This record gives sequence, structure tokens and C-alpha cells, in this order.
Amino acid sequence: MTLTDLANPTKFLSLTARLLPWLAAATAILLAIGLYQSAVAPDDYQQGATVKIMFIHVPTAWLSMLVWGVMSLAALGTLVWRHPLADVAAKAAAPIGASFTFLALVTGSLWGRPMWGTYWEWDARLTSVLILFLMYLGLIALWRAVEDPSRAARAAAVLTLVGAINLPIIKFSVDWWNTLHQPASVFRMGGPTLDRAFLIPLLVMALAFTLLFLTLHLAAMRNEILRRRVRALQLIQAAQAGRRSA
Amino acid sequence: MSLGPYAPFIVTSYLLVTLVVLILIAWIAIDYRRQTMRLRELDASGVVRRSGRSAADSK
Repeated sequence: MTLTDLANPTKFLSLTARLLPWLAAATAILLAIGLYQSAVAPDDYQQGATVKIMFIHVPTAWLSMLVWGVMSLAALGTLVWRHPLADVAAKAAAPIGASFTFLALVTGSLWGRPMWGTYWEWDARLTSVLILFLMYLGLIALWRAVEDPSRAARAAAVLTLVGAINLPIIKFSVDWWNTLHQPASVFRMGGPTLDRAFLIPLLVMALAFTLLFLTLHLAAMRNEILRRRVRALQLIQAAQAGRRSA
Repeated sequence: MSLGPYAPFIVTSYLLVTLVVLILIAWIAIDYRRQTMRLRELDASGVVRRSGRSAADSK
């Protein structure tokens, strides 16, 4: 099967049916390993056991941005190449991305209370992630509000690409402004500053969450293709009923 | 494994992530069942796709 074959929704459904069980199993295994490593990881000398929140907060925060990045690529696919699956991919990813962003905000808040003494601070990192969450909700609302899928797809694609401006703002907010949030400690010039005892469980959890996203995304794309097929058939059914009654 | 005085923050974080992931999985599974059921109903009512395939055929 070539990459261009995936443009065909029927072939995509067939591939998804074969891939999903393997992806789900790999996700479950990696999550189990990551959770075990997180549980046995030592306490941080400053943060104590609260460092365990990092193993779920950081992967969800990375995915909140990665999912918008995936949606931005899909938006290009919709606007430039008019790929039949591009809008399906973007629409299916949005609720998953919104969920990860919500989790990043709440787990960050639960980590911030014991470490910073506050659940929330209107600083650049926290505010820009909150804006990302609101943009996810706005996109989901847009898809629901516009009935014609092709019109909704174009509007959503433009909004997604405009919203992508927020991604570098989130990433570099801790460098550009004074924030309560700590600067990058994994993806930075000069390599990670985290000790291996924390870095390895964190990377395993990040990989597990990325696989989780991939699994959920493929399953949600399959649902979206079926939903569009149902809609098309209902239109055919309504047209046939109209001709019979005329 | 002792979580110390901040155990409620750590446990709540992990429970919340578990809950949201489970909700996502359930929502996707329920949506799949709903769509396949609708396709079967359309198939039973005799509606066919433009390609001539039956409604529920995904091959």
C-alpha cells in the first residue's frame, strides 16, 4: 500500500482495522512500563514526591502542542492539496487535543499549588496554554455550527493555521518573559538538565502518551469517515424519498 | 512508595488523567458502535452508495 492509497477513505479504513489492535496493545504495554518507572522513581531533593506529577503533566503538555501541529499540517492538506482525509484528521484530533490541554492545565495547577503556593498565575506560559485550550473549544464549536462539511473544513483550516502562531509563543514564553514556570529542561540547547532517574520514565511516558494519541486519533478518524458516509447515504435516502413522493 | 504530605495532589492528578483517558476511549467506542449501527440500518433500508456498494461495506 502506497501513501497515495491512504487518500482513499475505504483503503484507510481497512488499514486502520489492521493497525488499531497492535497500536492499542503497544500503548498499554508502554503505559504500564512508564507508570511502573514513575512509581519507583526517587523523590526530587527539592520537590519531594510531587515530581511524580511531572510524568503525566509534561507528556500531556507536549501533546497539547503536538496535536495542534498535526492539525496545522492537516489544515494545509485541506487548503493546498484538498486531501480527502485532511479535514477528517483535523476534526478527529481536536477533542483529543482539547482533552490533553485540559489535563496539562489541571495537572500543572495541582503541581503548582504545593510548589509555587498557588493553583494559577496569569503568567505567559499558563495564559498561552489556556488560550490554546480555548482555541480547541472554538474549533470544535465551529465544526458543529457549520452544517456543510466542506465549508466547515475551510473555515476550520484557516483558524487552525492562525492559531498555530500560539505554538512558538507557548514554547518560548518561558525564555521571552519572566514566568513562574520553569524553563525547558529536556528539549534545549546543551541537552537535558534532568537526571536520568527522572528523564527515562518521562521519555517512556511521553512515548506512551504519543502512542495513545495515535491510537485514539486513528479510531476517531475511522468514526468520522463512517459519520460522513452515513450523512451521504441519508442525503441519498432523502432524495429517493423526494422523487417517490413527487 | 510514600507520597508524603502532597499525596492528595499527586493522587488527584493521576486519577484525573485516568478518568479523562477512559472517557475518551468510551466516547470513541460508543461513537463507532453508533455509526456502524446507522450504516447497517441504511443498508437494511436498501440505500446504496454511489459506488454501488452496500452502506455497511467498508472494504
